[in-house]
Amino acid sequence: MTFSPELEARFARLIENYPPGRQKGALIPMLLYAQDEIGSVTPELLAEVAKRLHVKQVEIEEVLGYYTMLTREPRGKHHIQVCTNVSCMLTGGEELYAHACKKLGIGNRQKTADGQFSLEEVECIGACSWAPAMLVNYDFHFNMTPEKLDSLIDSLRKMQ
Amino acid sequence: MLLNEPHPLESRVLTRRYVYPQKDAIGIDQYVSQQGYDGIRKALEMTPEAIIDEVKKSSLRGRGGAGFPTGMKWSFVDRKSPKPKYIVVNADEGEPGTCKDRVIMEHEPHRLIEGCLIAGRSINSNRGWIYIRGEYRKYIDIMDRAIADAYARGFLGDNVLGSGWTFHLSTHTGAGSYECGEESALLESLEGKRGNPRLKPPFPATSGAFQCPTIVNNVETYSAVPDIILNGGDWYAGLGTPRNGGTRLVCLSGHLNRPGVYEVPLGMNMLTIINEIGGGVWKGRKLKAVIPGGSSSPILRAEECDIPADYDSLAKAGSMLGSGATVVLDETADIVKVLSRLMAFYAHESCGWCIPCREGTAWLKKILARLDEGVGTKNDIDMVDQLATSMFGRTFCALGDAAAMPAMSYVRKFRDEFEAKLNSTQVFVPAPQTQPLVVL
Ligand SMILES: Cc1cc2nc3c(=O)[nH]c(=O)nc-3n(C[C@H](O)[C@H](O)[C@H](O)COP(=O)(O)O)c2cc1C
Ligand code: FES
Repeated sequence: MTFSPELEARFARLIENYPPGRQKGALIPMLLYAQDEIGSVTPELLAEVAKRLHVKQVEIEEVLGYYTMLTREPRGKHHIQVCTNVSCMLTGGEELYAHACKKLGIGNRQKTADGQFSLEEVECIGACSWAPAMLVNYDFHFNMTPEKLDSLIDSLRKMQ
Repeated sequence: MLLNEPHPLESRVLTRRYVYPQKDAIGIDQYVSQQGYDGIRKALEMTPEAIIDEVKKSSLRGRGGAGFPTGMKWSFVDRKSPKPKYIVVNADEGEPGTCKDRVIMEHEPHRLIEGCLIAGRSINSNRGWIYIRGEYRKYIDIMDRAIADAYARGFLGDNVLGSGWTFHLSTHTGAGSYECGEESALLESLEGKRGNPRLKPPFPATSGAFQCPTIVNNVETYSAVPDIILNGGDWYAGLGTPRNGGTRLVCLSGHLNRPGVYEVPLGMNMLTIINEIGGGVWKGRKLKAVIPGGSSSPILRAEECDIPADYDSLAKAGSMLGSGATVVLDETADIVKVLSRLMAFYAHESCGWCIPCREGTAWLKKILARLDEGVGTKNDIDMVDQLATSMFGRTFCALGDAAAMPAMSYVRKFRDEFEAKLNSTQVFVPAPQTQPLVVL
C-alpha cells in the first residue's frame, strides 16, 4: 500500500518519536492520519500498519473498537459533529442537533446517500465557552444557531 | 482567536503576552524577544533540586482536575534511576465545560514547550510527549510548527542551548476518548493500546510511559512554570491564597452574558467571577446553581457560591475546583435533564474495564432517563443516590467517582426537582429507534 509523500514523511517522523522497540506507540496517530487520507480504516490499511509497526492485526482491531474517531466505514465528505453535552445543551445544542438531523435528513452516525454529509452527536469538544459548538471534520464552528447551520451546510453543498 | 475581550478584574500572568484580538500564535521571535525561554536558560544554571524547590514554593497545584501539588509530584521521580525518565503533557481536555488548554496552545505554544523543558530538566529527562485530543488537529499543527521552530533555534534537540543536555519533544494525537484524559489510561494510549486505566500504585512517577518514571501534568500546569522559575516561587504563591498559588484560567460557560476563558487569581470570589467577569446570569434571570470545576464536580446551589474559588475553599464547600470549568445554570435550568445528559456521557465514556463503573454508569443513565422522561418513581431517586454512593471510591480509576459525585449531589441538593418530575403529566413516548443505515 502506498501513501502520499507527506504521509510517508509523517510516518517516518512518528516512528522515531517512541523508544526503540516500542514503536507501537505510533499506532493510534498513524491510524488517524492515514484514515484522514484514505477515508477509513480499510483491511488493507490495517494490514499495512500492522506490518510497519510489527504488531498483530488483532492489536489494531482492539484499538479500533475503542476510539470514537476511528472508523471502518467511510464517513461523508463533510462529517458534521454536533456537541450536546452540558454547556452546549444549556445554550441550544440539542435543538441544533435536531435541526441538523432534519436539514440533512439523516440520524446519528448516518450519512447522506450522495456521501457528502455524515452526522454525529458528539460529547464535549472543548468549546464550551463558545457553545453551542460543532465540528465539520476538523473545523470548529462556535456559537451556532440553526440559521448559521443552514447557511454553513448550504455553502458546503455548493463547494462540491 | 478564542480569547474574550480582557476584563479589568483579570490578572494576566500566563496570558500576559496575548493581545486582543490575536490572529496567529505568538511566534518564536516574538516569544524570545519578550523574555521567552529565559526560564529554561535560568533553569539550566540551577540544580534539579533547586528547580523543584522553586515549584514547591510556588504552591502550584495541578490544573487538570485533581489539584495535586506539582512540585511534590516532581519530587517523587527517582532522578538517579538508570531508566529513561519522561515528560507527558495531558492535553486531552475532555472534561465537559473545559476549554482552556486549547487557548494556551493556540495563543502561545512556546510557553508550553518551555514548561516541558524546565520539567524535563528537573527530573533529568530527555524526552517528552504532548498528548492532544484528536479533535484538536488545528492545535496539534500549531504545536508541531512551534516544536519545529524550537528545534531549529536550539531550544530542543541534542544540545539544548549549548548545555550538552538532550531534550526531545513531540505531539501525539488521541483519537476520541474521554477516559484517555485519566493519566494512566493516557499512558496506555500513548503506548498504542486501548485507553484502559492501570492499577495504582505504582504511580507514573515510578512506572509511567513505557514503564519508566514519568510526570504527567496538564497543559496549564506546565505553562505556569516558566514564570515561576523567572520570578520565583514566592512571587507566584503570593498571587493566590495560601496553599493555592498563582492564577488560573477559568472557563465560563452556560447561562451567562459573557462566557469565555479568563485568567483570575486563585481565591477570587466565585460570585465576582460570575457576575463581574462573566457579566452575570443572562436574560436578567436569577442564578440557580453552579458546576464549579467541570461536569464531574458536585453542584453548588446559588446560596453556596459566595466563596473564594480555590482548591481548599471548594473542597470545604463539598465540591472541587477541578479543571477550572465553571458552568452556570439559571433559574429555568432543568437539573434532572442536566444530570440525565451527564450520566449518558459517563456511560458512553466508561471504558468498561471495571464492573462498578461499567454497570454503574449504564444504570445511572437508564434510571435518569426514566426520571427525566417523567416515568420514574420515588424509589428511582433513592436508587440514584444509593447506586452512586456504592460506586464512589470503588472503581478502578476516578471516572466512576466523576460520575458518582454529580449524581449524589444533584439528587441530594435538588430532590424537589426530581420529585416534581415524577408527578409531571408528561406522557412517555419512547424515542423512535433509528436503525443506522450505515454503522460508522
Ligand atoms: C476520567 C478522567 C478524565 C480526565 N481528563 C483529564 C483531561 O482531559 N485533562 C487533564 O489535564 N487531566 C484529566 N484528568 C486528570 C488526570 O488524571 C491527571 O490527574 C492530570 O493530568 C494530572 O495533571 P495535573 O496535576 O497538572 O492536574 C482526568 C481524570 C479522570 C479520572
Ligand atoms: S459541552 Fe459542548 S463543547 Fe463542551
